Amino acid sequence: MPKKVLMTAEDIRRILARIAHEIIEKNRGARYLVLVGMRTRGVPLAKRLAVLIRNLEGIEVPVGALDISLYRDDFSSLESKPVVQRTDIPTDITDKQVILIDDVLYTGRSIRAAMDALVDLGRPKSIQLAVVIDRGHRELPIRADYVGKNVPSSRSEEIQVCVEEIDGNDKVTISTKLGGS
Amino acid sequence: MKVTEPNTSTVMPETSPPSLKLWQHNHILDLDNFTKDEIELVFETSNAMKEVLKREIKKVPTLRGKTLATLFCEPSTRTRASFELAAKNLSADVINLDAIKSSVIKGESLIDTLRTLQAMGADIIVIRHSQSGAPYLAARHLNVSIINAGDGWHAHPTQALLDLYTIHHHLGQLNGLKVVIIGDIMHSRVAHSNIWGMSIMGAEVILCAPASLLPYGLNDFITNCHLPPITVEPKLDIALKGADAIMPLRLQKERQQTNLLPSLREYIQLYQLNQERLSLAKSHALVLHPGPVNEGIEIAPEVAYGAQSVIEEQVTNGLAIRMALLYLIVGGKR
Repeated sequence: MPKKVLMTAEDIRRILARIAHEIIEKNRGARYLVLVGMRTRGVPLAKRLAVLIRNLEGIEVPVGALDISLYRDDFSSLESKPVVQRTDIPTDITDKQVILIDDVLYTGRSIRAAMDALVDLGRPKSIQLAVVIDRGHRELPIRADYVGKNVPSSRSEEIQVCVEEIDGNDKVTISTKLGGS
Repeated sequence: MKVTEPNTSTVMPETSPPSLKLWQHNHILDLDNFTKDEIELVFETSNAMKEVLKREIKKVPTLRGKTLATLFCEPSTRTRASFELAAKNLSADVINLDAIKSSVIKGESLIDTLRTLQAMGADIIVIRHSQSGAPYLAARHLNVSIINAGDGWHAHPTQALLDLYTIHHHLGQLNGLKVVIIGDIMHSRVAHSNIWGMSIMGAEVILCAPASLLPYGLNDFITNCHLPPITVEPKLDIALKGADAIMPLRLQKERQQTNLLPSLREYIQLYQLNQERLSLAKSHALVLHPGPVNEGIEIAPEVAYGAQSVIEEQVTNGLAIRMALLYLIVGGKR
């Protein structure tokens, strides 16, 4: 099935730059921020945002990695379970402004799991959500605070965010699932 | 660490992480049917569980609504407590059946006791039994996952996994390491599972014991198995040279026939791991012990509590290993 490129590396670079500005603006600086990337692709995105924020504000913002496997609501029904990876957040998040970062916002179930995981680690002042793509089809009352691009999509389509650190290049593609639905 | 393969990164319900395709076990009976990749997966999962154990709130909701039952037909302190705590940290419910206080003494058969636990909705049953093979019998007759927490002289896979994990954590790998197991190897299920595990991971195993404490048929086993070399060295001073990890074992008096040893004093003289002998091993060598320790017999107190001892850490790692195994065998449709 042919993949259509929705966004190029340049587009992603500009989106992250804009989101970095928006995060600083909304939180009046970066002093109390903690960036938490959701495994797998949220983690490199969080690291890039931290660099952008440092260049703008001169502050090193702590960056963590969150694994939600232990908090999924579909644990018993999954065909095969996810490999649990280590959650690694280098600082206490209590009273911090936590920015949760993921590549795609879809049903919202991963974000629900991520919020449960975060409140087990402390009591943040706020949790905000930044995503590169919001593709709709929410199943829970969840929305993002920072959105790179809204992509109205059909459930039969697949949206794939590639990041250089993992996939070798930056791009967003859309394709129709084999077999459709 | 596994990096996600390209092109499987399709965004299903948001980013789906790599899945556990390589895990095939419904039961944990021994390590003889494990692969190196599976053991490494257990290690990786345990790393994540160790992070949970460092938190202020050591509880995650993963196994909510699942029930773990333990049936211990032999005494135990650490293993049962460790399984119970591991299950509770994952939010599972736990029933503990003490064979001494249960219908077992009224003459109920093992299978019937286990069927009762199954009928009550247990998803996993952890068994310790004095008869080798009892967990295998259970696995054949029941539809729940069985974990062997020690069967007779035969196997104790979760203990061996935590031993492997502890060495791996300190020395970075197991491949090519020299591991010395000392003492009552015949009666030690811990040693037996460790021999499998260490060999699968590529470590060289040296068994050091008087001939009367070595298992029957050991030579046939060594010649017929296609694992890395397992050697027997009855002289402790020679066995310890260049060792990376050392595991003295308790003399299992409850399982021994009499007259296996001329005298305890002689055993101590020849086989006790003391500071002087420890210095023959590599300077980074780790001292492990599956517990319970009989201080002053198989191990001198200064070694058991010394700088090279990781005995206490083994207990913490055991909790992480058991959480990882519960995660891996429960749930998911197979």
